[in-house]
Amino acid sequence: MSEVTLFGLGASALVGIGLYGFIIQPEPLRRLLAFNLLGSGVFLLFGVIARRGAAAGMGGDPIPQALVITGIIVAFAGSALAVALLLRLHQADRGGAAPGGDAPPAGGGDGDRT
Amino acid sequence: MPDPVAVSTPGGALLVWALILPAAGALLALALGGRHAERIVLVLMPVGLGLAVAVAAGVLRANAVLVYVVGGWAPPLGLALRADGLSAAMMITTAVVVCAVGLFARADFQTPQGSLEARAPLAFWTLLLGLWGALNAVLLGDDLFNLFVALELLTFAAVPLVCLDGRAETLSAALRYLLFALLGSMLYLLGTVLLYGAYGTLDIVLLSDRVRAEPAAWTAVTLMTVGLLAKTALFPLHLWLPPAHAGAPAPASAVLSALVVKGSFILVVRLWFDVMPGVPGHAAAQILAALGAAAIVFGSVLALRQARLKMLIAYSTVAQLGYLFLMFPLAAGPGVAPLGAWTGGLLQAISHAFAKAAMFMAAGLIAQALGHDRIAGLGGIGRVLPMTVFAFALGGLSLMGLPPSGGFVAKWLLLTAAIDSGQWWWALVIVAGGLLTGGYLFRVLTPALADTDGHLPAHAPVARYREAVVLGLALVSMVLGLLPLASFGLLQIGRLDMAAVP
Repeated sequence: MSEVTLFGLGASALVGIGLYGFIIQPEPLRRLLAFNLLGSGVFLLFGVIARRGAAAGMGGDPIPQALVITGIIVAFAGSALAVALLLRLHQADRGGAAPGGDAPPAGGGDGDRT
Repeated sequence: MPDPVAVSTPGGALLVWALILPAAGALLALALGGRHAERIVLVLMPVGLGLAVAVAAGVLRANAVLVYVVGGWAPPLGLALRADGLSAAMMITTAVVVCAVGLFARADFQTPQGSLEARAPLAFWTLLLGLWGALNAVLLGDDLFNLFVALELLTFAAVPLVCLDGRAETLSAALRYLLFALLGSMLYLLGTVLLYGAYGTLDIVLLSDRVRAEPAAWTAVTLMTVGLLAKTALFPLHLWLPPAHAGAPAPASAVLSALVVKGSFILVVRLWFDVMPGVPGHAAAQILAALGAAAIVFGSVLALRQARLKMLIAYSTVAQLGYLFLMFPLAAGPGVAPLGAWTGGLLQAISHAFAKAAMFMAAGLIAQALGHDRIAGLGGIGRVLPMTVFAFALGGLSLMGLPPSGGFVAKWLLLTAAIDSGQWWWALVIVAGGLLTGGYLFRVLTPALADTDGHLPAHAPVARYREAVVLGLALVSMVLGLLPLASFGLLQIGRLDMAAVP
């Protein structure tokens, strides 16, 4: 089995596990982790495609490699936003200060209220 | 066959400005902070509207697409921006709705006297610009990966708008929205990488030449469509929409319901008609339309059962989004009927944008006046806010599809296309959906217009200009129905699936 096939199968497995986890897990944090697994599978697939499309004398097709960096940043930003929402939700659920639309003036971020 | 090389057309630079200005404005708003954010939006509103009109005029005058090749690097290595008639029409829609929402929201998101900066106003104005730029990027992108990035920008600008007030229930609605959207984006990305692996390019124009009906393309289009449907909230992936759209502040609900869900819908259209016309096949299009039909019925029935006005409007969005997907089996191929279905489907997207934005903002004014939005407690509101209730009713007429509204023309075109192509079952759905829509509108209008023997409910004052903005939007959705049909020719310019048909 060539390495491209091997990694391709690995990527499919990650996508499958991530999708399964996303669908059956009710907990938002677990779904977020499943989303990241799914994402890893997709990014690995980018690597596989880059390798398969390599021109003579090159290690890989550079375009998928450039795309995957952007993809990882987007997934990272999405995960960060989700975690921030989860933390705020946790605070609000505990009856803690859930500031309304008129927080004190500039400076203080939202995460540093604990 | 050699690939056509993309070159920038005259006027192509306008497309770059349509992306740069909102993005630069958002960054500047964040950097300067405070009251500047609102001022920047107010300055950019007429500029952005002017740009959208200029792009549409350019497309109409040339009767062809506007293209800008970024940095002189032609696809497949570089990225191109491409404005066809669909992009131009949606850009104008976006600009008009954003301008109206911006004017309307000045009262809701004012930095309070005595403080330099408040969190909700700063977030709202910055996100509004971010959302506008992202929508333009979605409409102008010509590269599937570029479109992925634009779609993510749109999501990241839209999700925080849901939870501006920071209450636990809106936070949890925003989180649910975000999780659906993230899953959708990953499925879309997975399809993109499959397409790149199979065809070696992600440029829409180049792909449309290369894609063939084979398993790789089928898998990719399925994954991408499902991902985009999660973001568009088509039944049964609509569960996130009602709490998110109903919980957001009224101006935010208006942009979310009118514009944000249309962004991912436009990408489905691009995928099915531009990238791979005919590849998904007739059966797949029937499935998509069946989901749309289910959305119409379920959304309308659930809207009938809501106790709160904003929830009712949100479920009505679920239903109206269903109509959009009826165009997929009807608009494929050459001929008069598919041409009408194409115009009808897109006109439904446009007229729903105006009508729904007006209805959500009307609901916001009603809630502000009465202090609640329970439908049972709306008695006498028609006397307190006649202009607002009139605007709500006009928007509702467009959703029902009564003449002379834009919604009527849209639904009529879809209906005739369904009958002409022998797919009468979709015509039944369209008619039934109109009746159900009438049902939930009367549920609102009956108490709102009820005679209360001169007793006005206790109410807070509402600024007159805000009522005028709402009425203006509702009137736009009406005027669309009075335009001669030929003026919708703009929507046909630059269709890639038509270029293939001699």
